[in-house]
Amino acid sequence: MVDVMPTTTDTTQRSATISVLVDNEAGILARVVGLFSGRGYNIDSLTVAPVDAGGLYSRMNIVTSGTSMVIEQIKAQIDRLVPVHRVADLTMDGPHVARELALVKVIGTGEQRVEAMRIADTFRARVVDTTLGSFVFELTGNTDKIDAFIELMRDLGLAEVSRSGIAALARGTRVI
Amino acid sequence: MSAEWTQSGAEILLRALKDQGVEVIFGYPGGAVLPIYDALFKQNAIRHVLVRQEGGAVHAAEGYARSTGKVGVVLVTSGPGATNAVTGLVDALMDSIPVVCLTGQVPTHLIGNDAFQEADTTGITRPATKHNYLVKRAEDLARVVHEAFYVARSGRPGPVVIDLPKDIVINPAPYAEPAVQHPSYRPRTEPDLGQIAKAVTLMKQAKRPMIYAGGGVINAGPAASEALTKLARITGFPITNTLMGLGCYPASDPQFLGMLGMHGTYEANLAMHGCDMLLAIGARFDDRVTGRLNAFSQHSQKIHIDIDGSSINKNVPVEVPIIADAGKALNALLAAWQASDEPTDKPALASWWRQIDEWRGKQSLKFTQDMQRGGIIKPQYAIQRLFEITRARGKEVFITTEVGQHQMWAAQHFHFEQPNHWMTSGGLGTMGYGLPAAMGVQIAHPDACVIDIAGEASILMNIQEMGTLAQYRLPVKVFILNNQYMGMVRQWQELLHGSRYSETYSAALPDFVKLADAFHATGMRAHSVDELDSVINAMLDCPTAVIADIAVDQAENCFPMIPSGAAHNEMLLGPEHEASGAGVTDAGMALV
Ligand SMILES: Cc1cc2nc3c(=O)[nH]c(=O)nc-3n(C[C@H](O)[C@H](O)[C@H](O)COP(=O)(O)OP(=O)(O)OC[C@H]3O[C@@H](n4cnc5c(N)ncnc54)[C@H](O)[C@@H]3O)c2cc1C
Ligand SMILES: Cc1ncc(C[n+]2csc(CCOP(=O)(O)OP(=O)(O)O)c2C)c(N)n1
Ligand SMILES: [Mg+2]
Repeated sequence: MVDVMPTTTDTTQRSATISVLVDNEAGILARVVGLFSGRGYNIDSLTVAPVDAGGLYSRMNIVTSGTSMVIEQIKAQIDRLVPVHRVADLTMDGPHVARELALVKVIGTGEQRVEAMRIADTFRARVVDTTLGSFVFELTGNTDKIDAFIELMRDLGLAEVSRSGIAALARGTRVI
Repeated sequence: MSAEWTQSGAEILLRALKDQGVEVIFGYPGGAVLPIYDALFKQNAIRHVLVRQEGGAVHAAEGYARSTGKVGVVLVTSGPGATNAVTGLVDALMDSIPVVCLTGQVPTHLIGNDAFQEADTTGITRPATKHNYLVKRAEDLARVVHEAFYVARSGRPGPVVIDLPKDIVINPAPYAEPAVQHPSYRPRTEPDLGQIAKAVTLMKQAKRPMIYAGGGVINAGPAASEALTKLARITGFPITNTLMGLGCYPASDPQFLGMLGMHGTYEANLAMHGCDMLLAIGARFDDRVTGRLNAFSQHSQKIHIDIDGSSINKNVPVEVPIIADAGKALNALLAAWQASDEPTDKPALASWWRQIDEWRGKQSLKFTQDMQRGGIIKPQYAIQRLFEITRARGKEVFITTEVGQHQMWAAQHFHFEQPNHWMTSGGLGTMGYGLPAAMGVQIAHPDACVIDIAGEASILMNIQEMGTLAQYRLPVKVFILNNQYMGMVRQWQELLHGSRYSETYSAALPDFVKLADAFHATGMRAHSVDELDSVINAMLDCPTAVIADIAVDQAENCFPMIPSGAAHNEMLLGPEHEASGAGVTDAGMALV
């Protein structure tokens, strides 16, 4: 239940990580995505997967941005979708952890290759595939860390990136 | 719970509809729904009304729903049947009307195959409905039907589609009783009492209070309208209604300031602009109502009661949000108001009323009718006489409308004392709504007088439903204000586009009297003011459906008007008044 709402007309944009517990059924992703496109809201990142043993519920994690009035509106709009059980704005509700996984392919030889490996080490990226001319690194972390890693790889033969989008949970004992 | 699989899906469907209290379905057959029509043929509990186009079926169901408070039910075939229904679904979505629409679908094994008359109905209707279902397993059928009715009528009502593949309705299916609780959709209806207390404090302290009540009060049932009336009387506050809210407060009451918004009264709009406390109930701060947002009711503290959290703080930030059913919240407000010993500012309220009465003195809806023989009928006068004559006759009257100037004049000059007697397409503004909606109203209220106030352009959008009126002997009266123009659009062209009347002349109109005749109805016409009363009386006396073609002043514009992008205090008054208002800005030109 989305309840107490701020009443500010503040026009500053903020980013919000919204987690949604939904029925794991056909069409639910289209419903949520259609809501965002139909109403002109941003989706910066979106993940969805079943999260219970029975496969009855899925959790979506959506990173979006807007004024606080828009973000409250986004929450209220999601909340009134019939298959939605709960909506939480993790960014507003308190501290949370958010992680994403990236696979980063770097193609290169010689000094470039050695440097890529060195940087991967400092980022605690794992090598999950290698040939004589390439690496695929696996990296998890918050979005900034992954952005930084990819930025560094740009001069070292960055060829392809695949990112999961973020998974997020509130810190401490709070649950959605 | 009976889990035997002894009945076909179609029979299970009808059993579930019956258990949901369905008495009538508006529909149109086709290949994918043949098994359902076969099952309908074999029973008597549910009546089927055959419309002439599926769009008409949905509007008919809307009229039925809005005039009864029940869920309207529609049955259409796959592909073109479903796509024809889409406009009606969006109309019901925008105006919060509970409708369940059953659509046929190709058999499950052909879905996605570009099969004959296949359309991705759940895909197409996802943003057109409150919710939709595709039934893929026989076990889900009965549950989905019950759930669909629950979803359509609970919380903020709306349309729900159930897409039914042909094999699902042919093959056996088990029955299931309605579930006690929906797993996820449980809208909040009880108000938070802390918020109610805050609201009462603001109301007691108000010097210039205002109540703004909308369609949500009608959605909440007739008891909510009664509670609203009590609250207004006990507080002495002025009250206005949106287009969708008309009838939720008695129009004859002296505290009623009429409709607000783009074509609202001077007093309602200026009271919105000048109030220091605004109590909004079941109204969604639509752009037709607020005008320019940054100038909207700037000096008021706002309380907003709505069952849908997404309506609150959407356009206008409020101090006291209350998510609740309007009826329950109004009762809570009444109780808290009566229990509170905080004083009210009586002198301030009295001087606020003096100010309002001064605005009222402007008579913003005033018009002048030439009463001489042969005088051209003013459209406002035609509505005024329709109102006076029907009221004098004392029979229960339901009014539907099409969309345009005639709709606004009907809202201004026909007055409603009760909820559920005024049916109009507000949010989507669908031309062609009024005739089928009237059909649905007349089915629900066979003995009442049902009148569609129409424009000559709008009526042609669903004119085929005259055939349905004939088949079921529905004595609906179509009262056309014939100005030979798409008047509302022509008005904007006159005011905003240098009177360049691009494509808005209603050329090559049919002879509506002959048209009525061709559809087994009665046609009549009034050319001038001396003929008006006799045509209205003849229309009301006529036992059959009627088309009354009323020739009205082609040049008449609908005033007052808040031009797009203007503020409430910048409204344009009509030619009866001296020049007023600020006119249209460039930014306003871009708005609709
Ligand atoms: C040509 C044209 C001109 C128009 N001009 C005007 C005009 O001048 N003035 C005007 O007012 N409108 C006008 N409209 C209509 C306008 O577009 C909107 O449809 C209308 O203003 C909306 O009315 P509403 O705010 O009452 O909301 P509705 O659309 O009736 O919505 C109802 C609200 O109540 C809530 N609700 C539903 N059920 C409940 C419940 N049980 N309890 C509590 N809340 C509930 C809903 O969540 C929603 O927020 C015009 C339309 C047309 C086509
Ligand atoms: C389906 C549809 N198409 C177009 C419009 C745009 N529109 C709004 S009012 C109007 C003119 C209506 O003309 P008429 O029915 O003669 O009514 P009048 O304004 O003349 O009273 C039009 C075209 C609409 N509302 N609905
Ligand atoms: Mg016209």
